Amino acid sequence: MNKLKTIDRSVRRNFLTYAIVIVAYVLLQLLSSARGFSPTLRGQLVPICAYVVMALSLNLTVGILGELSLGHAGFMSVGAFSGAIAASALQAAVPSPGARLAIAMLIGAIFAGIVGTIISVPVLRLNGDYLAIVTLAFGQIIKSLIENLYVGVDDAGLHFSFLKPSITLAQGGRMILNGPMGIPNITKISTFLAGFILILITLVIIFNLVRSRAGRAIMALRDNRIAAESVGINVTKYKMMAFVTSAALAGAAGALFALGQNTIVAAKFDFNTSILILVFVVLGGLGNMLGSIIAAAALTILPEALRGFADYRMLIYAIVLILVMLGTNSPQLKAMLQKLLPGKKREEV
Amino acid sequence: MPKRVTSVNDSPLVPMPTEAFIPQRDLGKTPILECRHLGIDFGGLTAVDDFNLILGRTEIAGLIGPNGAGKTTVFNLLTKVYQPTRGTILLDGRDTHSMNTVQINKMGIARTFQNIRLFNNLSVEDNVKLGMHNSIRYGMFSGILRLPAYWTQERIAHERALELLSLFDMQDLAGAKAGSLPYGAQRRLEIVRALATNPSLLLLDEPAAGMNPSETTELMENIVKIRDTFNIAVLLIEHDMNLVMGICEGICVLNFGKVIAKGTPAQIQSDPTVIEAYLGKKKEA
Ligand SMILES: Nc1ncnc2c1ncn2[C@@H]1O[C@H](COP(=O)(O)OP(=O)(O)O)[C@@H](O)[C@H]1O
Ligand SMILES: [Mg+2]
Repeated sequence: MNKLKTIDRSVRRNFLTYAIVIVAYVLLQLLSSARGFSPTLRGQLVPICAYVVMALSLNLTVGILGELSLGHAGFMSVGAFSGAIAASALQAAVPSPGARLAIAMLIGAIFAGIVGTIISVPVLRLNGDYLAIVTLAFGQIIKSLIENLYVGVDDAGLHFSFLKPSITLAQGGRMILNGPMGIPNITKISTFLAGFILILITLVIIFNLVRSRAGRAIMALRDNRIAAESVGINVTKYKMMAFVTSAALAGAAGALFALGQNTIVAAKFDFNTSILILVFVVLGGLGNMLGSIIAAAALTILPEALRGFADYRMLIYAIVLILVMLGTNSPQLKAMLQKLLPGKKREEV
Repeated sequence: MPKRVTSVNDSPLVPMPTEAFIPQRDLGKTPILECRHLGIDFGGLTAVDDFNLILGRTEIAGLIGPNGAGKTTVFNLLTKVYQPTRGTILLDGRDTHSMNTVQINKMGIARTFQNIRLFNNLSVEDNVKLGMHNSIRYGMFSGILRLPAYWTQERIAHERALELLSLFDMQDLAGAKAGSLPYGAQRRLEIVRALATNPSLLLLDEPAAGMNPSETTELMENIVKIRDTFNIAVLLIEHDMNLVMGICEGICVLNFGKVIAKGTPAQIQSDPTVIEAYLGKKKEA
């Protein structure tokens, strides 16, 4: 009895999250096509999706694995630049923008995953504060590396140069990435639909991972590492699995984000962005995926929506921040929501 | 006189090399555990020194001694939470030198902790399934894509978890959060989780701590039942002398990191050095 109820609850919560995401997409899509949005607001739809995926993926590291990461924007950056370079280089080879976007996101995910794997070797030997400091440094290193990277393309393929903007390209060749100037003139191929699909894929990966053998092992490390080792769970393997999955998802989000912008520069994905995403996760509640989605969406759209009330913008922003925090973390409000939601029974103590 | 709940195959202890004893029924088989001159120093402090022990394959043995004697440290050495400074550990005849905690568990040692270490935010059932982690066979992708392997393996794991929980009559608690269980139930869950790893040697660190007398009696019966059902050896640390004298066949007494006595419950109870260690030196009359 007891057991069915609990399992029901976690499954139901996952379905509720899927349902809210789908309903929100349909509503926003309708509003958007009915010209219910200002162009700036409509322009925010893709970044919102990207930030939602960033928050979800960081929640895997912070909420499920239980390790603080301060360099999540670094993975977004790797995904953004590798994805945008791939999309630019494949412009002729893959004419369909949808297919090109899918490939770009996949490449973004793969590159961020590879970087995540390399980083995880030193990072996962550390715990707590030390791990946080190293991830912070990682974010800064990625930023500096990309600011000094030059990439051009011609008939012979891609050409790379580090530190020197001196790439000699054949006739008809062009520069894609110009060091600190970033990638200008991006062909915008990201769509709200693609963002929505990426959010759904991210949710499926995280929810199914959590409710499987590997996910249990990851949460066991969070709850008690010594006990996990005592029942034969390989700490490094499962830490790495969570960390790399999180990085790869951030890479895909980065590619989605980049291909919805006119220009991207490495400075965009700095420490502040990492902290912003961490704020989404903490406000939404550790391990609470629906909370991450709501916090990321609300706090991304808010500064834009409030542009008209310039004087009160920061005040309203702060109030909303507090409300989101209360709403997602306070037991009283949670219990109230629980009562309001149909089919939900009172919270078990 | 303490009650003896010992099982059907209660057999006399027979001498072994290095002044050890094992039950007669385990004679002629490789001992499940053999420690030779085991020792560890923490900086200047010698926590365990020259620890020798031989355990029969189906023996229930006790490790007793005053607080700070080094009993938990012995468990941490056996499970490689600490690497020994000196000495050898043979598990089922194989040297465990250079193995780590995870490998030790895969080799057959499972344990509980003096300060309960459950996965508090996970359900009781998930705690047991984590014990079965290495016998559940499907990968990350089967899990994410929900391939058939996921469904069959998870169903088997679910059934096995309930079966193991029913050993302690805990199957109805399967969905409860482990951290929300009462103290006694948490201790029992730790034992179930350890058993789920399919061990050949079970180490219990103060399993009766915090339990009331009726829970303790039930625990004694359950420890014997576990040994008889799974045919494994049990080494337990315990301060409750009724429990130790009631179910242990061999007892090893530690004081200040050294073995001061070894023998059957009757021998230990009448050993003057043991009485001295527990009660302090008697004044010469
Ligand atoms: N990690 C450690 N570092 C330093 N000293 C330790 C450590 N673990 C145990 N000790 C010391 O070893 C001695 C034995 O401790 P322990 O094995 O916990 O005793 P008990 O017999 O009560 O279980 C104590 O003096 C304790 O302080
Ligand atoms: Mg102890």
